[in-house]
Amino acid sequence: MSRIHVTTKINGDETEFLCDAEATLLDVLRDELGLTGTKEGCGTGDCGACSVTVDGRLVCSCLMLGAEAEGREIATIEGMAAGEVLHPLQKKFIEMAALQCGICTPGILVAAKSLLERNPDPSEEEVRYWLAGNLCRCTGYDKIIRAVLETAADMRRAS
Amino acid sequence: MALDDSKKVKNFKVVGTRPNRPDGIDKVTGRARFGADMVAPGMLTGRILRSPHAHARILRIDASKAEALPGVKAVVTRADFGDVPDHVADVMDNCMAGDKALYDGHAVAAIAASSAAVARKALKLIEVDYEVLPHVTDVDEAMKPGAPVLHEGRQQETVPSGMSGNVIARSEFGHGDIEAGLAKADRVVERTYRTGATHQGYIEPHACLATMSADGQGDLWVCTQGHYMVRNVCAAILGLEQGQLRVTASEIGGGFGGKTVVFLEPVALMLAKKSGRPVKMVMSRSEVLRATGPTASTSIDVKIGMTKEGRITAAFAELRYQGGAYPGSPVDMGAMSAFAPYDLENVKTVGWDVVTNRPKAAAYRAPGAPMAAYAVESAIDELAKGFGLDPLAVRLMNGADEGTKASYGPTYPAIGLKATLEAAHRHPHWTAPLGENQGRGVACGFWFNFGGDTCVSLNVTPDGTVTVSEGNPDIGGSRASMTMMAAEELGIPYDQVRTIIADTGSLGQNEVTDGSRVTFAVGLATIEAARAAKREMCRRAAMIWGIDEEAVEWEDGAARPAGPNAGKFPPMTIKEIAAVASNTGGPIAGHHEVTAEGAGVSFATHMVDVEVDPETGATKILRYTVFQDAGRAVHPSYVEGQFQGGAVQGIGWALNEEYIYGEDGILQNAGFLDYRIPVASDLPMIDTVILEIPNPGHPYGVRGVGETSIVPPLAAVANAVSAAAGVRMTRLPMSPPRVLAAMQAAKG
Repeated sequence: MSRIHVTTKINGDETEFLCDAEATLLDVLRDELGLTGTKEGCGTGDCGACSVTVDGRLVCSCLMLGAEAEGREIATIEGMAAGEVLHPLQKKFIEMAALQCGICTPGILVAAKSLLERNPDPSEEEVRYWLAGNLCRCTGYDKIIRAVLETAADMRRAS
Repeated sequence: MALDDSKKVKNFKVVGTRPNRPDGIDKVTGRARFGADMVAPGMLTGRILRSPHAHARILRIDASKAEALPGVKAVVTRADFGDVPDHVADVMDNCMAGDKALYDGHAVAAIAASSAAVARKALKLIEVDYEVLPHVTDVDEAMKPGAPVLHEGRQQETVPSGMSGNVIARSEFGHGDIEAGLAKADRVVERTYRTGATHQGYIEPHACLATMSADGQGDLWVCTQGHYMVRNVCAAILGLEQGQLRVTASEIGGGFGGKTVVFLEPVALMLAKKSGRPVKMVMSRSEVLRATGPTASTSIDVKIGMTKEGRITAAFAELRYQGGAYPGSPVDMGAMSAFAPYDLENVKTVGWDVVTNRPKAAAYRAPGAPMAAYAVESAIDELAKGFGLDPLAVRLMNGADEGTKASYGPTYPAIGLKATLEAAHRHPHWTAPLGENQGRGVACGFWFNFGGDTCVSLNVTPDGTVTVSEGNPDIGGSRASMTMMAAEELGIPYDQVRTIIADTGSLGQNEVTDGSRVTFAVGLATIEAARAAKREMCRRAAMIWGIDEEAVEWEDGAARPAGPNAGKFPPMTIKEIAAVASNTGGPIAGHHEVTAEGAGVSFATHMVDVEVDPETGATKILRYTVFQDAGRAVHPSYVEGQFQGGAVQGIGWALNEEYIYGEDGILQNAGFLDYRIPVASDLPMIDTVILEIPNPGHPYGVRGVGETSIVPPLAAVANAVSAAAGVRMTRLPMSPPRVLAAMQAAKG
């Protein structure tokens, strides 16, 4: 079985890889490219731990084939901070203790960033429904929702 | 050197603040390495073949076709392990079936291959001949005399003759005279309650990476709540010396008790041994649900008598817990904790440990207690409401206090139950108005908390900053709390201390991260290790000053001469002492090894408002408040987080979550789509009130907080739903069809 050659852009970097036809984008990110910040919690699109954006659209990378990344722009948790400077969501999650074990955190941050790019002033209900595809078993979501709402408010004030 | 505890306790500088956790940046940037994130050169992929039957004799396993497939480097079955010591026999059997597969998903064989694709193909080439046997998955069915029996010869002497062989043990706790107490009651409520089996539901599947050399040295990287436990159990199973197996804990993506046992680890080590290559194994979500966790499903009878003033005159519960395929359900802890919040003259609980064709139950956050609390707190609620009494006042009237003889034996020291009830009574939530189809519920909960074997090593570096090595995986911010306690005790800033989780080669034995023990026990050992380092630094300062070491005290991060005859010397800071350590006797460190006792029991009261849709039976959580005693909240944000997380897991247990088995004994909902844990849109904010009734067993008063928070919510939600629906709900989960059916039945 021959492998497929894919040219894509990941976190702004031109990237080439070879993958099996059956490999998911998640498999490629984690196993071929060493980008293990994206997590696998279920492999069936139910938990959101593998959230990335593809051409700006939020997707579960376990539900997309690696070969489908051809010509796309992928953004993962590894690209969220600008060098040493954390994204305001990342900073706020630490400050407000919006993570306990941290396994769902990358997916939730990617999803929350995607929300704030679309809607800089979401209501609590909008945040809760946007993040309904991202399971967290530790926090009960309270501090996560508060951190997203506070970050949104901070970013609105700053802009 | 004089160390004044009382002064410290009153004037905390670090404890009680909310600094950023030291592992925060790694965890928000994707850098933190969890179980599945590690690789090794030449690594193989390990996979497990699992039984498709609930109960079957394994007649033959033929792996020759799989072994012949190019890329397959090793196949392992139970035969490879030989005989193992008795104390790990059930663990071994659960990791790899012996002569019988005992549940759907039970491991039967394993392979290691050069790629995941080859591994998948190879699994299909392993031929297993099964003789399918009758099965039983329900606890009450399993106890009937004619039920299919899983194990012969395992029944303990405590079980009366004539009962099914699936009934493994009977336990009994309590004091007084139940019948005499019931005779004094104005009303007796007697009901049977049932709860479904739930899974811990950690988002990170089990994963490990094993290497095993021909000389008997092994290395294991694994997500676990206790790498020392992993070392000890794997060494026993594989016949290794514990000192030759080094286990390193990865970051852990949730556990809640489910990662206090081994599943993949001995198999990965055996595959690594046979292949001579590193082997990585990662479970799928379906494997996690079919073959790890879950908790027991239960069937519980409760009989409680109460006077019309609200005094409980007698309390009895009989608890039947199925713990899956092997003995050891958490029924004893259910029976011990059921009435623990109350001061009762006549109380008795009987527990039955039952096996069924389900995965072996693993600990789940306060194992055994939430179901017992659900049954008891439901009955108390029904009695209180029947007399038109305030349910919080009834609990206060009967509530345990310092000096109460607990139903499970001990007499309580200072405890916080009544403080939580009083705080609940004062809280605006209690008197907030409710609308149509809405109901409010309250319930209390108790957990023992544990201590156990603990080692901490604290090193002062040459520049005077500090490293703390501890042996318990950081499952929810414990590095932060250890760092805070070390900084507090040494009188130095939080950012001058770094805490790491050491591997098994670096410290003595550490109990797993369970029993809400880490902030208590590891905290205690951290404080004692810091005190040892302070004593040494005071000794060094005394040596430099040429005075008696008893004349030196430690304050605000520096040694100071104390007392009238000590002489006048400027204080020597930790940095100054560290800088000259090579000239005063060498490197400075403190360590502490202890079997920690005095964990301090913990209580909580939860209050919840719900709305039940009369058309669908669906329940919406409207408002939730947790009141819990933390003893001393070291990092209040993470204490709140434990309260909130436990409450929400309890909400899932109450409303949605349940293992569903078909008539064929096969788990029907082995995925997060059908095994539905609460999502963000299901919930409101979870309000918290931290009470601090110091634990006399800890230098700073800390009590464990992790588990108690899951004990009251099942009952609190059930009491609220019962109030909103106008009918008592006696079965969990209260899924919409069940609530709707109960409402329709109540209407007649």
